Amino acid sequence: MKKLFWLAAFASVALIPGLSQTPGGDAANGKRLFLRDGCYECHGYAGQGGRDGARISTIALTPQALIRYVRAPVGAMPAYTDKVITDQELTDIHAYLQTIPKAKPAKDIPLLNDLLKK
Amino acid sequence: MARSKKISVDRRGFLKGAAAGAAALVVKPEAAKAQEAAEVHRPATPNPLPGAKQTASETTPPPPRVDVYTTDRPGSDFMVDVIKTLGFEYVAANPGSSFRGLQESCINYGGNKSPEWITCCHEESSVAMGHGYAKIEGKPLLVMAHGTVGLQHASMAIYNAYADRVPVYILLGNVQDVAWRRGDVEWAHSVQDAASMVRDYTKWDDAPVSLGHFAESAVRAYKIAMTPPMEPVVIVADAVLQEEPVPENERGRLQIPKLTLASPPAGDYGALKEAAKMLVNAENPVIVAGRVARTPEGINLLVQLAETVQAPVVDRHFRMNFPTRHPLFGAGNVRAADVVLGLEVPDMWFVTHTQTPVNRMGMEAKRITKPGAKVITIFAGDLSGKSNYQDFGRYDEVDLAIAADAQATLPILIEECRKLITSDRKAALQQRGVKLAEVSRKNRERDIEEAAGAWDASPISTARMAAELWNQIKTEDWSLVSDVTFVSWWPQRLWDFDKHYQFIGGHGAYGIGYGAPAAVGAALANKKHGRISVNIQCDGDLNYAPGVLWTAAHHRIPMLNIMHNNRAYHQEMMYLEDMAARARRGVENAGIGTAITDPNIDYATMAKAYGMFSEGPIDNPNDLGPAIKRALEVVKKGEPALIDVVTQPR
Repeated sequence: MKKLFWLAAFASVALIPGLSQTPGGDAANGKRLFLRDGCYECHGYAGQGGRDGARISTIALTPQALIRYVRAPVGAMPAYTDKVITDQELTDIHAYLQTIPKAKPAKDIPLLNDLLKK
Repeated sequence: MARSKKISVDRRGFLKGAAAGAAALVVKPEAAKAQEAAEVHRPATPNPLPGAKQTASETTPPPPRVDVYTTDRPGSDFMVDVIKTLGFEYVAANPGSSFRGLQESCINYGGNKSPEWITCCHEESSVAMGHGYAKIEGKPLLVMAHGTVGLQHASMAIYNAYADRVPVYILLGNVQDVAWRRGDVEWAHSVQDAASMVRDYTKWDDAPVSLGHFAESAVRAYKIAMTPPMEPVVIVADAVLQEEPVPENERGRLQIPKLTLASPPAGDYGALKEAAKMLVNAENPVIVAGRVARTPEGINLLVQLAETVQAPVVDRHFRMNFPTRHPLFGAGNVRAADVVLGLEVPDMWFVTHTQTPVNRMGMEAKRITKPGAKVITIFAGDLSGKSNYQDFGRYDEVDLAIAADAQATLPILIEECRKLITSDRKAALQQRGVKLAEVSRKNRERDIEEAAGAWDASPISTARMAAELWNQIKTEDWSLVSDVTFVSWWPQRLWDFDKHYQFIGGHGAYGIGYGAPAAVGAALANKKHGRISVNIQCDGDLNYAPGVLWTAAHHRIPMLNIMHNNRAYHQEMMYLEDMAARARRGVENAGIGTAITDPNIDYATMAKAYGMFSEGPIDNPNDLGPAIKRALEVVKKGEPALIDVVTQPR
């Protein structure tokens, strides 16, 4: 339930009109920050999500939308101010998230395909 | 109190001083007498070597006559007679001097059968084993412990069982009479009111002062523990009653009362008629299941109710309540419901409310049920309550509260619902059922798609771990003997649960350290049924009392332990992260005091040290399936095994 709520919250932010793209971030630094600042704790090392955080590996947000959400989240996530993580750092994290390969469809994974059939 | 006779050694003959009763000691060797005066004022410091008195007594010629202290029928034999009538299969305990009489009687007089002695390495493990055992077997395990230091160790596990409404039967040893306490150890291990320490979270206790009193209270305690709401009970077995012979004047008169369990309380008929009317007339009813199914019949009844009114079931996963692939599983939405039926839900307020922001100080509570929605509860917790420990949760405003055991009440509720369903209504309900089945199917497909995320990642995702496990056990008669909270409920989302013993729920009071011993206890219960017990074991939890691995190995308890080794007390790491973000500083420090790294703990080596087959650490997801298969072969031969899996956080 909470997870769906989160995804909806992310999606709603993504649709806000008038947000401009920021310059691309540094994905390598973003990965370092993703681990250093504890993003993985709730979202998983691969951004796959779980009990405590939404899946963000397939994030559709712009960097600005991500920044806006992180500054004022509406779900269980705590607010991160620019004192603990800057806009540029979030832009780098956004760039890292874009590099995470998309998950294969379940039907292409034999163990999961078996589950889909039953 | 009758004392033992001074007679020749027989079955329970102990050299003087070795048993209880300094009063029985009469003759002293001359050399010992000479030393005694010199030793009177010597500080009572520990001495690992035999003292001069003992040396003299063992090296000088014996006097012409020595009184020995024997007991031909100790009170503990009678206590074992009582214990046997209660049908305990096992007694779990660390050895302890205050119940040594009972231990000896269990092993020798009782033949170490019914109950069989299970050697534990921590009292918390003993009780938690009882906690897990009872959730599989439906009856208590016997636990013995010191009334002082043992109970102090055991107390958190007792609180977990209490909050989880699980019966555990605890016998405490204690030396009540000051005249019978030998030395500083027995004084330190004695207590005026042993059970007082856990009285806030046990259902009943007593400290019998005679064997007849013991028999009556022991039987009463069992009955009370097994009456819903089921909870732990404590009986204090006085050491003098244990070790001294059955008094002559009581022999032939001692009786063990007949045990008759109370039938569980069913709900008020009028209230159930009203509840049935609300459910049948509802457009979007939702059933929320807490600790509903006490037995396999509980699952059958919940399925019957859900199908009768075509209501979806939201399972709180406190017990195995409802088949996970049933079309009505998981399709419920409390926010959209017009009637919410809570069955044995201990935290109903949290079902009907949200807090914003979640888990934050200064939070605001908001009711999430829609205006006019009716809430019905059937809850045995309404029949009793204590004030100090706050596991009862927030007070919830409901429209119909039925104080009763839900499983005992369901047959009446189902029957009343059936009476009210007309043919037209039945058709409408069936249409609703079709829609709910579609929602349930889509939920399942979504879960399976989500499981594909991080499929090839290292550390291994908890979804991959659950899927690999399922692939190995799906054709076996399996039982998941661990909680699923910390693995994002993946087993429930992917596996096919439909039997009562396939899931035991969680901690109760969320006291960490429950997981490993509860799993061993549940696996002990599964052993005679030939089931494959599967324990997804959190690393932080195992480190509280890992000696229970030895208990599993020593007693040949077959179970497959899969480490969920995320190398952290991860829940607390997230909380710390949360606090740091709130304080706007140092979010990068959340691992301090929460991470279990540097060095990483090698759980495979730990398990080997305790005598258990093991493999790992495994961090390549492609290595996991074959490792589980190898471990499963060991388990099928009747032994425990452990696979250390380095995992994603949740």
